Amino acid sequence: METAFLLEKLILVVVVFTVTLVIAMYSTLAERKIAGFMQDRYGPDRAGLFGILQPLCDGGKFFFKEEIIPAGAHKQLFVLGPTLAIITACISSAVIPWGQTLTIGDRVISLQVADVNIGVLYIFGVIALGVYGIMLGGWASNNKFSLMGAIRAASQSISYEIGLGLSLIALLMVTGTLSVGEIVAQQTGFLGWNIWVQPLGFLIFITCAFAECNRVPFDLPECETELVGGYHTEYSSMKLGLYMFSEYINMFVSSALMAALYFGGYNFPFMYDLGLSQNWITILGVIAFFIKIFAFIFFFMWVRWTLPRFRYDQLMNLGWKMLIPLAIANIVLTGVITIIKDTYF
Amino acid sequence: MTLFYFVAFLSIFFALMTIFTKNPVHSVLYLVITFFTFTVHYILLNAQFLAVVNFIVYMGAIMVLFLFVLMLLNLNKETEPMRSHVVKFMGAIAGMCLLITFLGAFRVLETDTGLVVADPEIGLVKNLGKVLFKDFLLPFEISSILLLTAMVGAVLLAKKETRVKQNG
Repeated sequence: METAFLLEKLILVVVVFTVTLVIAMYSTLAERKIAGFMQDRYGPDRAGLFGILQPLCDGGKFFFKEEIIPAGAHKQLFVLGPTLAIITACISSAVIPWGQTLTIGDRVISLQVADVNIGVLYIFGVIALGVYGIMLGGWASNNKFSLMGAIRAASQSISYEIGLGLSLIALLMVTGTLSVGEIVAQQTGFLGWNIWVQPLGFLIFITCAFAECNRVPFDLPECETELVGGYHTEYSSMKLGLYMFSEYINMFVSSALMAALYFGGYNFPFMYDLGLSQNWITILGVIAFFIKIFAFIFFFMWVRWTLPRFRYDQLMNLGWKMLIPLAIANIVLTGVITIIKDTYF
Repeated sequence: MTLFYFVAFLSIFFALMTIFTKNPVHSVLYLVITFFTFTVHYILLNAQFLAVVNFIVYMGAIMVLFLFVLMLLNLNKETEPMRSHVVKFMGAIAGMCLLITFLGAFRVLETDTGLVVADPEIGLVKNLGKVLFKDFLLPFEISSILLLTAMVGAVLLAKKETRVKQNG
């Protein structure tokens, strides 16, 4: 029993990890294809059919490039930076429920790696930790541009974490639980999705998610017109690759999180009216979840190729003077509506 | 129990490394690891909420700010001001006094009486929230007012400069 359980979790972890990496790889291709589509050109189409092998070529190229550690850099921390960035990016997917349960023989397998009852807080902690990779890398490079990028990353991440946390508090007031598995299980069908009860909270959450992932329009830490390359100016070969990769993994995980917390996760309309067995519902649920995730990833890219970058003071004003008061107002509003609902209905 | 001794050893080891490293950035990083071992301690005690809050607040926010300030100052051996030996001597004596006080206090407390917590699930978010908002509501609210006051004070201190400029 115990061994079977461990084996089951191990397989799940390996599958989730592989899927995460493959999606992150193909996000790089998707980004360039979408950029091409929006700018009325083809995008990469030489490697394989429709450029399907492009990510493999890029990965291979990263591995074979010369690895340079600048003479003035702090060696250990210079290596630790991208390592931390990729580790923190990968561990946050542990509490996301990818689907309901599969029954194989007489074993019921849950498609969630760990259903801890502080799941939301765990994700929050990992996000908070994510900034260390960028900060250490930027500082260890011993380069002014890198340091500027690192400092921008740190202050941006701390500022937007507050908005992120406050928008989540309103969601938790509605759901009444911190476990991501339970939050998703509550949103059955289509009208049960949390987006209908927390539209404002979702808007704040997605804005903060853009900032936490360092995506355009909030990619100030790596703003190439001002900072050469930001925190990864001095990085080359696979270390640069790891930074890029961790950004795409973060994008994937935050898309999954938004789909799970606000858009019903694996729930899809009429899921119990089709008369299917539990296993089929689970499989269709996983597909529905991934469609939602891809939609969000597309949204991230769509915004990237549409909006210009913010100025740094605009970024701070938006974070502190707009999003945080809005999030607090959202909490108050949620509280008032909950009380009215409890007393009169 | 073996796990506890291992984690306790790590906590003390990294705490000592925090003090003994010369480079301030290394020192902060060792402190981050020390806080992480504290998180593990809380989880061993089944205090999940405390563990994750320690993780978010100390490791994720406060230490990032420490690192931030150190990066801005960019301290290194050349720029470090030379402290006189008198100050070092005084520091050592004060530290020793604190250590002896703590040792004496803990010996008097006799913590090894096998104290059993009435409810081992008290550390879970749900139970903790109920206790905080029912039994200890007043102290909880007072401490939150204290924090709010500190926050307003900090904003006021940061704002001071521009206000003086406007008046003058």
